[in-house]
Amino acid sequence: MNKGSIIHLNTPTHLCRQRRYQHFYTTGFFKSQFLIYFGAENADMIIIDNLNFGYTRHKVLSLPHLEVKESGHILILGKSGSGKTTLLHILGGLLSPEEGKVQIGETDLYGLSGTQRDRYRGQNIGLIFQKAHLISALTVQDNLLLAQYLSGSARDKGRVQEVLKELNLGEKVHKKVHQLSQGEQHRVTVARALLNRPRLILADEPTASLDDDNARIVIDMLQEQASCYHAALIIATHDQRVKSQFEIQLNLDAA
Amino acid sequence: MNLFSLSWSYVKHKPLTAVLNVLLMSLGIAIILVLLLLNSQLEEKLGKNKKGIDLVVGAKGSPLQLILANVYHIDFPTGNIKLEEAKALTRNRLIKSAIPLALGDNYQGFRIVGTNHDYVKLYQAEVGKGEMWKKNLDVTIGATVAKQLRLKPGDEFFGTHGVTGSHMAHEETSYRVVGIFKPVDNVLDNLILTNIESVWAVHKHEEEQHEEEHKHDGEGHEHVDEKHEHDEHEPEVGSAYETGFPRGDADAEITSMLIRFRSPLGAVQLPRMINADTNMQAASPAFEVQRLFSLLGIGVNMIRSFAYIIIVIAGLSIFISLYNALKDRKYDLAIMRSLGASRGKLFVHVVLEGVLITFLGSILGFVLGHVLVEVLTSYYEKSQAAGISGRVFVNREWTVLALSLGVGVLSALIPALNAYRTDISKVLSNQ
Repeated sequence: MNKGSIIHLNTPTHLCRQRRYQHFYTTGFFKSQFLIYFGAENADMIIIDNLNFGYTRHKVLSLPHLEVKESGHILILGKSGSGKTTLLHILGGLLSPEEGKVQIGETDLYGLSGTQRDRYRGQNIGLIFQKAHLISALTVQDNLLLAQYLSGSARDKGRVQEVLKELNLGEKVHKKVHQLSQGEQHRVTVARALLNRPRLILADEPTASLDDDNARIVIDMLQEQASCYHAALIIATHDQRVKSQFEIQLNLDAA
Repeated sequence: MNLFSLSWSYVKHKPLTAVLNVLLMSLGIAIILVLLLLNSQLEEKLGKNKKGIDLVVGAKGSPLQLILANVYHIDFPTGNIKLEEAKALTRNRLIKSAIPLALGDNYQGFRIVGTNHDYVKLYQAEVGKGEMWKKNLDVTIGATVAKQLRLKPGDEFFGTHGVTGSHMAHEETSYRVVGIFKPVDNVLDNLILTNIESVWAVHKHEEEQHEEEHKHDGEGHEHVDEKHEHDEHEPEVGSAYETGFPRGDADAEITSMLIRFRSPLGAVQLPRMINADTNMQAASPAFEVQRLFSLLGIGVNMIRSFAYIIIVIAGLSIFISLYNALKDRKYDLAIMRSLGASRGKLFVHVVLEGVLITFLGSILGFVLGHVLVEVLTSYYEKSQAAGISGRVFVNREWTVLALSLGVGVLSALIPALNAYRTDISKVLSNQ
């Protein structure tokens, strides 16, 4: 892992604040942002009810009830195979649960058709995986433009530039993926997850292959960005090092 | 960024594989198009040129050669027949009309044909500039001849012995161009027409010249004056320039005659009668052309099946490279799904990639095929004379192009189906 490239991740917070005002004044029709500004901090963002998922007969993930507040940050802890990735995938609409209900905002995620769910995910959920997976056939900019295209949003190069700048990747716009360091690639995936101003950010083992310093930096970055976008942040990890950075934790081993 | 540019990026990402697949596809298509173009043009030209000719009567030999030489003017004549014998045959009541032909000379590769005006009527040609020939050694030339040799009425030229280009010129008797036909898009465009007597005259001169040269070898250098004498002879009006046979002595010969039957009964009786009872041979253009095609057909069919095999292999190659690439691209596809792409979109994305490759292959194959035909025709004078060109579009080409696009879609179908069925959660959690 390229240590040097991750060190200067610190998001410039002034950028974040600046944008919040911008949204208040110019884009009041962005419903979620609008509400948040007026202090709806405690509205339930995600409600999980009576969730069940079975891989086989023996191994079952079961979650009777879970609520995540808007802008809430939650850490899902668990050993390998405890079902945290499964839970994350269920929350992200990637995997249908056997029974139960996942509600994000007003939307019943599994009440949607497959295509609707894909679209909803593209527009409202930012996914970050352990491995920085980008489309290597495309440039950094095209990777992000693709994310806009696939989610059904308008292709907006200005927005792409903006997100990349926030993550200190402004100069890498026209680089091919393989020309970036691992750390830079990872940041591009974060940029991609944030691109469509998601209401929910899901990260799966984002620190698994990082050393202590970088692990902390990545978690800081995710938390900062999530607050910046008023998005709920859910991180699944078996990494005990990041525990201290989260107030709310869900331990699947205990359950 | 859209599905098209996404698929295009993937094609570009593996340029070698893409080039290989495109080349394979284009090669198969090019071969089929070459065959198609040659075959259909040949069929069309052969059909057009034999219209109105029921039977060709000429010297004994290969019947196919007789037809090729006297109807299409591409092969060498089988020999000559006696004028008297030919004339006698035309008195048969089964023969409606007969057009005599005398071949033997050319000018710059274009054949000089001694005949009468009936021949022009047979090909429905009209004079564009000047007039039809009447006097001996006057010629009316086809449009292509005029264009390629830049001849105009009033020009004179020396014929060369033989039916194809050679260097033995009849330097003592020149032909004079009196007219040029309008283009008729058949064999007449490439011919130089004159009286049969003109052809005789040229050859008679040659014989005399030979005899004289023998004499002169012993006597010295007086032949210059004699040659002068030859050049000053007055052209006389041909004896049968409009229709019928010219007056000739007992030794006079023609190359062949084109016969029209009075009734279908002629087709049954005449060939047998001519082949058995005379020193001449009769051949039916329709039959010989059909025979030619069935002979060619074996080769053509083999090459064609070979080309189709290449196309199938190209399809297979596209399938394999897409299928293999998709193994590496499973994550890409899962990521795209996580970014909001529906299953259908990914399906279309992969199919589009196969279609893109075949489309490029089709375009390249199309260009290659036509260029190849053009190069081939410019290389072989014969095919040029037959009026075959690469700058022609045949409707059946669409079928071939559509078919190959179909192969592209088909070869991308299974990989696309795999993309459609990608279990995103499984792929992503196995990383």
